[in-house]
Amino acid sequence: MPDYDVLVIGGGPAGLSAAISAKKEGSRVLLLEREERLGGILKQCIHDGFGLLRFGEKLSGPEYVERFEEEFHELHIEYEVLTFVTDIRKQEGVFLITAVNQKGVQNYQTRTIILATGCRERTAKQVSIHGTRPAGVFTAGTAQHFVNLLGEMPAKKCVILGSGDIGLIMARRLTLEGAKVEGVYEVKPEPSGLTRNLVQCLEDYGIPLYLSHTVTRVFGVGRLTAVEIAKVDDAMRPIPGTERKVECDTLILSVGLIPENEMAESLGVSLDAHTKGPVCDNLFMTDVDGVFSCGNALHVNDLVDYVSESGELAGKAAAGFQKTWRTRGRSVPLDADASLQYLVPQRLNLDYGTDKVVLYFRNKETLPQGILHIEADGKTVFEKKYRNLKPPEMERLEMDFGKFHLNGASKIRVSIRKGGDAK
Amino acid sequence: MRELTCITCPNGCLLQVDETEGGIRVTGNACPRGETFAIAELTHPMRTICSTARTTYPETPVVPVRVSGEIPKERIFDVMKEINNIVLDRRVKRGDVLIPDVLGLGVDVIVTSDILTRKLCCH
Ligand SMILES: Cc1cc2nc3c(=O)[nH]c(=O)nc-3n(C[C@H](O)[C@H](O)[C@H](O)COP(=O)(O)OP(=O)(O)OC[C@H]3O[C@@H](n4cnc5c(N)ncnc54)[C@H](O)[C@@H]3O)c2cc1C
Ligand code: SF4
Repeated sequence: MPDYDVLVIGGGPAGLSAAISAKKEGSRVLLLEREERLGGILKQCIHDGFGLLRFGEKLSGPEYVERFEEEFHELHIEYEVLTFVTDIRKQEGVFLITAVNQKGVQNYQTRTIILATGCRERTAKQVSIHGTRPAGVFTAGTAQHFVNLLGEMPAKKCVILGSGDIGLIMARRLTLEGAKVEGVYEVKPEPSGLTRNLVQCLEDYGIPLYLSHTVTRVFGVGRLTAVEIAKVDDAMRPIPGTERKVECDTLILSVGLIPENEMAESLGVSLDAHTKGPVCDNLFMTDVDGVFSCGNALHVNDLVDYVSESGELAGKAAAGFQKTWRTRGRSVPLDADASLQYLVPQRLNLDYGTDKVVLYFRNKETLPQGILHIEADGKTVFEKKYRNLKPPEMERLEMDFGKFHLNGASKIRVSIRKGGDAK
Repeated sequence: MRELTCITCPNGCLLQVDETEGGIRVTGNACPRGETFAIAELTHPMRTICSTARTTYPETPVVPVRVSGEIPKERIFDVMKEINNIVLDRRVKRGDVLIPDVLGLGVDVIVTSDILTRKLCCH
């Protein structure tokens, strides 16, 4: 049976970076991808804005990810495409993997696994809309696939439900290709996409954004003909009497992304209720020894630059784990209080990599000014001021925890306080 | 005073822009590019656009393209028309120029993927 040190599942930006960095550490690496081509979701993200942090350039999704694919091929990393992993089990410290592809059933053996399976979109089933079930209701990612990969226009006149980034990007894309986007309707009182996308995708094209509004009903036999829109109250319930019918042939849903973690669950990895991804430490290792997670499978990122970074760190850690450390080391929880929407990682490894810990967090409320506050064993050890903290915009911070003299009983607490004066 | 969101980088700084007789004063920008953006926004707003170009290859009906630099915002749909006139019957590479100096705007329409030259699966 082919035997590997590191087996990466998923060939998007996270998986590619993970495989590259593990390979550079001298590991025997295999990457498995279920689609026909490497590149993940970026294959269809033809808009620009990728890689500004990493390359200082405004690249389109394909340009960004193909740079990593080239490096991946230069390193002669083994991979299989059109390959579905059907089973993973752990036996005496080794993972046995069964996958299916055109060549038949494949079996592999590996000491570590990196889950880089990305995320999936919430669908119509997860939002409650009454009425018929006509054709013409798509998720934003599906619409993107149609237009950008198949060259087919799914809409002439459309309504977008949800103000997630993919929906905003598709509002612009469909407008450029001649469709009429009647409006973007968001059930929450605040938009969920990045402000810069509200500006360059909606405002630039005169597409209205309606906050605290939702779609309550769809009409049409065969194809969608109209939707009913209503205002919602503070509890997001439709307000009777505010209904309005809007004619359209397409309804596009951009109502959120969820990390893809079926495989993690089958391995017994614990998931975080806030990120919906695995609980991990600063080495990106989950609570199952030898199983790592990165990219959008770990938590939904808004910038691919951070996705690549997490892949790189996870790949390096997996290589280190199987080669030298062999044990997971001691760790303590990183507690995020209620002011944060989430914090990744959720645990801090005290034995490895403590001096350079990358924290990713989102705050719960929009704050013009806020202070990130880290407390260890009741003492404030770190504070940093932030301006314009917004939940859709993830923050990244590098910390040296090595200097805080932590031990296995240490309590670390992270919070964000309102206001501008750090004490 | 006007408020603008700088779209130059992911920070998305909220800019306060004051037009006075002496010129345009910008605050709220975390870096100098914010000022450049605000001034352009008030005088001659510029944008980039990305789209796809048709091909004659059934397995790859479209390839992604973009403009190599900024174009005036009001010319976006003119450039889109030019892009939509393209029908590619050669296997272009990432970075290849499809329309040099599109509409005399000083930027090219370039291909942004190797999808037409790359083999699909195999090693
Ligand atoms: C529409 C859209 C617009 C975006 N816009 C921007 C932007 O403007 N700027 C920016 O910086 N970022 C943007 N992002 C974010 C960025 O694209 C993502 O964060 C990034 O692609 C995530 O990378 P990933 O490798 O984690 O996941 P993905 O790219 O989703 O890759 C996961 C891969 O795993 C494979 N896979 C899944 N399950 C299995 C399995 N069981 N077996 C084998 N393979 C499997 C999938 O086929 C896929 O190829 C955008 C994202 C989307 C969806
Ligand atoms: S002002 Fe500078 S830091 Fe702020 S969004 Fe613009 S380019 Fe980015």
